[in-house]
Amino acid sequence: MLNCRQATRLISQSLDAKIPWHQRLAMKVHLLCCVWCRRYAAQLKFLRRATRELPPEALDAAPQKLSIVEKEQMSARLQESVKKLPPSAE
Amino acid sequence: MNFRQPTTDGADGRGRGLQTQTLHLGPLSGLDPESWVEQYGDDLFGFAAARLGDRATAQDLVQETFLAGIKSREGFAGRSSERSWLFGILRNKLADYYRLRNREEAITDTDPPLPEERGAFGTGGLGKDGWIMKLAPKAWETPDGTLISKEFQDVLKSCLSRLPDKVAQVFRLREIDGVSSEEICKDLGVSPNNLWVMLHRARMGLRRCLEVHWFGNKQQDE
Repeated sequence: MLNCRQATRLISQSLDAKIPWHQRLAMKVHLLCCVWCRRYAAQLKFLRRATRELPPEALDAAPQKLSIVEKEQMSARLQESVKKLPPSAE
Repeated sequence: MNFRQPTTDGADGRGRGLQTQTLHLGPLSGLDPESWVEQYGDDLFGFAAARLGDRATAQDLVQETFLAGIKSREGFAGRSSERSWLFGILRNKLADYYRLRNREEAITDTDPPLPEERGAFGTGGLGKDGWIMKLAPKAWETPDGTLISKEFQDVLKSCLSRLPDKVAQVFRLREIDGVSSEEICKDLGVSPNNLWVMLHRARMGLRRCLEVHWFGNKQQDE
């Protein structure tokens, strides 16, 4: 019989991958008799939904971009290394 | 915003005849580093930054990617688009970076209680590893529809900001950017087990934080 510590780990894991059938079964049996872990499972599902509804700008999750200066530095360094390439490279 | 970049399927472009424009890559002809930075710089950088959480390192890896691209240009035979070829190099650089770093960091073991589990479960006697009543999940009144209030989102956001950096980063990639577990493992060089532990920590921490700072307030009178 799973304890709650193990059950919560499995509940989380089952959100990311298909867990083996015997673990799934053990988790379901545990959930049948544990109201706390049932709540935990439902709350993780809610957490997933709520997270996906967050507007990206609220999280600074919009892709970060290079600044103009950073781009110029990058280009300069690249051009230098192109110059250093042996002419008979191919 | 989705950072997913699935196009490292280099060999697939073969025979489609779509990439003829890349075939004129001579020794240096067709190689235009400046246009690389313009064309791909932001995308590569955004991809790396989301996985590193560190601008300086992301910048270094993108730079290294371009350099490696120039050096190994013979390896680029127009089988894939220039873009996915560069993304492939970047992913390898990321994996190398994390391999090195993870060697220095101890891998989290699943067995000892995780910081987020401490205090939640009993440590001995009959209630060992069961919820401690005071901290066991309470009933939440969650909204049914899609409407989740701005106030709630602010609380969730602040809870996210309290997670340890690496844990928060993994959680964001998985839940906000919707990247699959396999891809995260590959890009961040973590084992599946390590990834699950981090996601579990994030969820356990967030759930508790929401209960205390949002749902808890509404139930104090119970």
